[in-house]
Amino acid sequence: MASSDSATAPADHKRPRGLASFLRSQMRNIAPFLTLIFLSAFFAIASPSFATIDNVGNILTQVSVTGIIAVGLTFVILCAEIDLSIASIANVTGIAVAYFTLQESYVNIANVPMPGIVAILLALALCALLGLVNALGLTMIGIPSFIMTLAMMQIAAGVSALLVRGQIAYKVPDLITTLGSGSIGGIPWIVIVAAVMLLGGHLMLTYTRFGRYVYMVGGNREAAEFAGLNVKLILGSVMVISAVCSGIGGMLGVAHFGSAQQNEFDTYLLDSIAAVVVGGTSLFGGRGGIGNTIVGLFVLGVLNNGLDHVNIDSFLKILIRGLILLAALIINVYAQRLREQAAD
Amino acid sequence: MSQGRSPILELNQITKAFGGVEALRGVDFALHAGEIHGLVGENGAGKSTLMKIIAGVHPEFSGRFMLDGKETRFRSTRDAHAAGIGMVHQELSVAPDLTVAENVFLGNQPTNRLGFVQWRRMAREAGEQLSRFGIDVDPMTRLGDLPIGLQQLIEIARVLFSGARIIILDEPTSALSPPEVERLFATLQKLRDEGTSIVFISHFIEDILRVSDVVTVFRNGRKIAETASADTTKGALIEAMIGRGGEALEHSYTDDLMLPQSGTGPAVLKVDQLSLRRSLQDVSFEARAGEVLGIYGFMGCGQLELSRILFGKLRPDGGTLAVDGTARTFRSTAAARRAGVALVPESRRAMLFHQEPVYKNISISVLERISAVLLKPVRERAIAQRQVEQLQIRPPVVGLDLGMLSGGNQQKVALAKWLTYPPRLLVLCEPTRGMDVGAKNDVINIVRDLRAKGLAIIVLSTEPETVLSLADRILVLKRGAWCANSLARRSARIGC
Repeated sequence: MASSDSATAPADHKRPRGLASFLRSQMRNIAPFLTLIFLSAFFAIASPSFATIDNVGNILTQVSVTGIIAVGLTFVILCAEIDLSIASIANVTGIAVAYFTLQESYVNIANVPMPGIVAILLALALCALLGLVNALGLTMIGIPSFIMTLAMMQIAAGVSALLVRGQIAYKVPDLITTLGSGSIGGIPWIVIVAAVMLLGGHLMLTYTRFGRYVYMVGGNREAAEFAGLNVKLILGSVMVISAVCSGIGGMLGVAHFGSAQQNEFDTYLLDSIAAVVVGGTSLFGGRGGIGNTIVGLFVLGVLNNGLDHVNIDSFLKILIRGLILLAALIINVYAQRLREQAAD
Repeated sequence: MSQGRSPILELNQITKAFGGVEALRGVDFALHAGEIHGLVGENGAGKSTLMKIIAGVHPEFSGRFMLDGKETRFRSTRDAHAAGIGMVHQELSVAPDLTVAENVFLGNQPTNRLGFVQWRRMAREAGEQLSRFGIDVDPMTRLGDLPIGLQQLIEIARVLFSGARIIILDEPTSALSPPEVERLFATLQKLRDEGTSIVFISHFIEDILRVSDVVTVFRNGRKIAETASADTTKGALIEAMIGRGGEALEHSYTDDLMLPQSGTGPAVLKVDQLSLRRSLQDVSFEARAGEVLGIYGFMGCGQLELSRILFGKLRPDGGTLAVDGTARTFRSTAAARRAGVALVPESRRAMLFHQEPVYKNISISVLERISAVLLKPVRERAIAQRQVEQLQIRPPVVGLDLGMLSGGNQQKVALAKWLTYPPRLLVLCEPTRGMDVGAKNDVINIVRDLRAKGLAIIVLSTEPETVLSLADRILVLKRGAWCANSLARRSARIGC
């Protein structure tokens, strides 16, 4: 769907292989799409309030923050790495931008007010810096990303805790407030930002040299190194991109929720990883893309939203989400195998 | 030798296609008990594909598959294994992090009644089996710590002693030294005499003639000929393999081919006192423009490490390296590439992107030159198309996934990525390993063209034949140091 070769495939790939073989190789793109159609149809039938224009708007708004974070994570997973610090970095960046904004007098935080634009730049610098630490740990020291970002998850949470000290901040710069909770012509700004970032991510992965390198490093890291690519630079870059996307998601999220506090983004870690993986981007790297992530976002969005529309035990919802994620993982691994068979 | 009896394995009209490219077209094949059956043919002729069908790697094919007179279909390698068929694949497939003993018993470790692995028994039996095969190693060493050649021997030993009654060896000798090959052949003959059937694929035709009872020749997915080894000659086999006058080709890669005088061009690479812990000791040499320098040595002599240092993947402990007179310390392979060094490593798995189309494999190293930020797909494909045509890569479709090409063609793709903007220094590791006569000849021609263009080329190989046929000047590396500097260029034998 988003991988660059299938985008250009029909024009000049003379592939005289059978339809079955083609479908098999495209399993990772088809399965999530079918899941999305099935879930949408199911909830549309089960609940009259689901398939309405208003609700589509709700779903879009609900997936926006996850979508912004998932853009960067898609780069990381395409490189066959993982970033577990996304939610924590989102949180600390959201808190930081509030920390540098003048709060109401009843907010008991020793904050450092700055002009809005400076606050935003400082917050962005913070998330970029945390991403850079991830990048250096991964590439220079050689700590596996799973462990490195696990540590970063704690570090970012620690910085958050020190900044707010259990309190809640409410004010963020006006620009962030507008982008996070305002709307233009009836369309929430946060949806527009998410769409622009997803589009930007897609264009970057599909049409730029850097994007190609991301796919190549993910496809076969050793071969990428033997082709003279600077693999460390590419891996480091995706970790920084991931952290910055998380930071933007965190700032807008804080404006969207109307407050900045500890542990506000905890559910976004699982949601973002789920969106990327459910969409069909390979956990082994090199396959998938932003198109997959968009489908994955909608699968999760429709599921979360739809379960609210049908009468269901709210505790059961958590279990259902877990099972859907498991199913997606099975398809993800299975799709890899089918593709290898089809190529064989 | 057992032609009269009915075969234990009989294949009729086997056809197999990969993505529309027919790898096998109506092939018949029969294997008798107690026979060594040699298979020869160019890369992509269908030998490996047929053997993978027998070993259950490719469960989908059309045609009849008879084992012990009964029609059979393997759904997986497991089924084939259960039926007593074992295969050693061309690419090394061992578990480097497990011990030697665990590798020997991979999949069927001896266990006690509770299901616990009996380590002592496993180590003892592994040691016995390996010493029967002339391998003297501690069974409890980590396999990855051993030289590649030894790892390959252990993989072969695993299959030979697994009790399989049909054993398939795909290019087993390519990483072995001559004495190791001798031991392998002796063991094969012993197993044959005990009634085991062996299929032996090799590009070393002398080996095939020496060890096998029957030889089958493949060309373009068809079986061309099957004869008793005693009734044929190397020339006849080569001619059958390539379907044209074999003489000229045979000539081109044996000893007495005359190459122009070695280049006296400027030194492109100057290496001084290079050392790497345990692998290299004070190695110094020069590579000149318009010259092919051959570096020969057995597995584990330090060649691989040397090539990795030249390409910035390993950092030496000591010594200096200068390209075009400028001293360099490469911090990455990207830095080496920018300084004009190119490397084609020995393993196809390590140098290519099997899931990506051919053109992306070729353009990967030139992207930096043709695009600042945005990709230029039309230009990329044009560059790839030109290389595909020049190197005669088959099939000539740049959009095809690389995995669908045969090994020899993949090797050409690996070379092709460096040729659009030729580097100053090209380092080739085992450039013709596992290749057939025709493909070897193609590679020799490509290397000659590049030399004529003024590149400095270093060929590192464990096959004397490769170094002799390609190099103007030969250095021999033994345990990380030179052993006989600048040997006579055309000496029939090289070694220490």
